[in-house]
Amino acid sequence: MKAPDFQYQCPRTLNDALVQLSSDDVECQPLAGGQSLMPMMNLRLAQPEMLLDLNNIAELSFIREAGSHIEIGAMVRYATLLESKLIHHHIPLFVQALPHIAHAAIRNRGTIGGSVALADPAAEMPALLKALDATIEVVSKSSTRTISADDFFLGTYETALRSDELVHSIKVPVAISEHRYGFYELARRHGDYALAGVAIGAHSVEPYTNLRIVFFSISDCAVRAVEAEDALNGKLSNDSTALGNALETLSKLNYYEDANASSATKNHLARVVMQRALSKLSTAVS
Amino acid sequence: MSQKTNIALSVNGEQVQASVPARLNLVDFLRDHLGLTGSHVGCEQGACGACTLSVDGVMVRGCLMLAVQADGANIITVEAFGESVTGEQLQQSFVEHNALQCGFCTPGMLASGIDYIESGGSTDRTHIRKHISGNYCRCTGYQSIVDAIASVVEGRNSLAVETKQTPGAEESGTSNKRAGE
Ligand SMILES: Cc1cc2nc3c(=O)[nH]c(=O)nc-3n(C[C@H](O)[C@H](O)[C@H](O)COP(=O)(O)OP(=O)(O)OC[C@H]3O[C@@H](n4cnc5c(N)ncnc54)[C@H](O)[C@@H]3O)c2cc1C
Ligand code: FES
Ligand code: FES
Repeated sequence: MKAPDFQYQCPRTLNDALVQLSSDDVECQPLAGGQSLMPMMNLRLAQPEMLLDLNNIAELSFIREAGSHIEIGAMVRYATLLESKLIHHHIPLFVQALPHIAHAAIRNRGTIGGSVALADPAAEMPALLKALDATIEVVSKSSTRTISADDFFLGTYETALRSDELVHSIKVPVAISEHRYGFYELARRHGDYALAGVAIGAHSVEPYTNLRIVFFSISDCAVRAVEAEDALNGKLSNDSTALGNALETLSKLNYYEDANASSATKNHLARVVMQRALSKLSTAVS
Repeated sequence: MSQKTNIALSVNGEQVQASVPARLNLVDFLRDHLGLTGSHVGCEQGACGACTLSVDGVMVRGCLMLAVQADGANIITVEAFGESVTGEQLQQSFVEHNALQCGFCTPGMLASGIDYIESGGSTDRTHIRKHISGNYCRCTGYQSIVDAIASVVEGRNSLAVETKQTPGAEESGTSNKRAGE
């Protein structure tokens, strides 16, 4: 099917975009990479009155070092992240996970800000940002807010973003040498949305400290397994009792069903991906 | 009345100007307005890959980009893939390996294959399969498509070795750079 008709604006500055977004005259929706919004419009699941194209706003495309963080503009595309030396050096978890997000041609257009704003329960990015303890900077005409990834993602396609706000950038703490990261997902075909997946960050491994274990594609949004983290923090990686306890706590997560798997299957797969990701938590800085 | 926008772009080396409605996607513009029906439209959801084409040297889904967004861009479609060395070699290799049957997926397969080869991809079949994972083929079972891509990479690798052994020989054209960079 084709998208229904809409008006189209392509501002060159962030300010112009925010002014348009705050206007009550017309209901407008931001367009980033279009790799989710365009399919939704073609399927007529989305019918915005006006599209506000962010692709010409240079202010939203940057990757920069800021003290102990890397700041990434909302319009940075997955392919650009994968090619960035800063990302390779400072956010090794992205390097592990990004090749699993969709396919090359989709990664050439899809943006980090689009994935964050969409909050697809099957998407990798929200889970990665929670595992990394990242923060999301949002802007409106009159204010800016900084929201932790833990507080930003509220449910299926639901975030803390207000309708007059844009995702401006993402702030990710840089990895230091003791940090360890893991990522594992099960998908029927490379690049497809996962049946179940997990992203893990830890400040150290022997013993585990400050673990963040975040699942995607099992629940209504990226979900932290806090009880599993508690069962493992302070324990050594070969402590099989602790691992067993952690795996048991996963049955308490709120699983959803999709066309591919029942909630019981999702629970089983969550155990599988967590064990596999933990077993190869890799070095932080390469 | 829907809003129309004037766009000017380069398509396969030719300058094109048009006035297009916002809702028109790039691949429909190329097919219906310019008569370039080589790029195919399968799903209009980004899933099948048949519409994959090059915009400013980067392979994208033609169904997930608007024609208005291509204003000022340089577009290369399957109709002109054969004009690049990689494209020509890959098309020849597709013929030699019988890498198409009905041909519906072929424009997108060629696009992804060219992208793979030009970004310095190896002959590793798993890598090739990962790179073309976004392109559906309902006929060939993929085996022959992977063969065709691998064979071009192999040919280039052996040419590179020969070139190294023959001082003063011409550059072989093996490039590790992404197209258009
Ligand atoms: C075949 C296929 C396979 C895919 N597989 C995966 C996968 O495995 N994993 C995965 O995570 N994704 C996958 N995707 C989706 C892809 O990652 C999208 O790129 C991503 O979900 C959205 O990013 P975008 O830049 O394309 O955003 P768009 O589609 O342009 O926008 C998405 C939503 O976010 C809003 N928005 C965008 N930017 C902003 C902003 N700065 N501020 C406020 N709101 C904003 C839009 O209004 C819209 O509601 C797939 C897509 C396709 C077509
Ligand atoms: S028609 Fe564009 S991906 Fe199928
Ligand atoms: S040759 Fe028929 S779909 Fe690939």
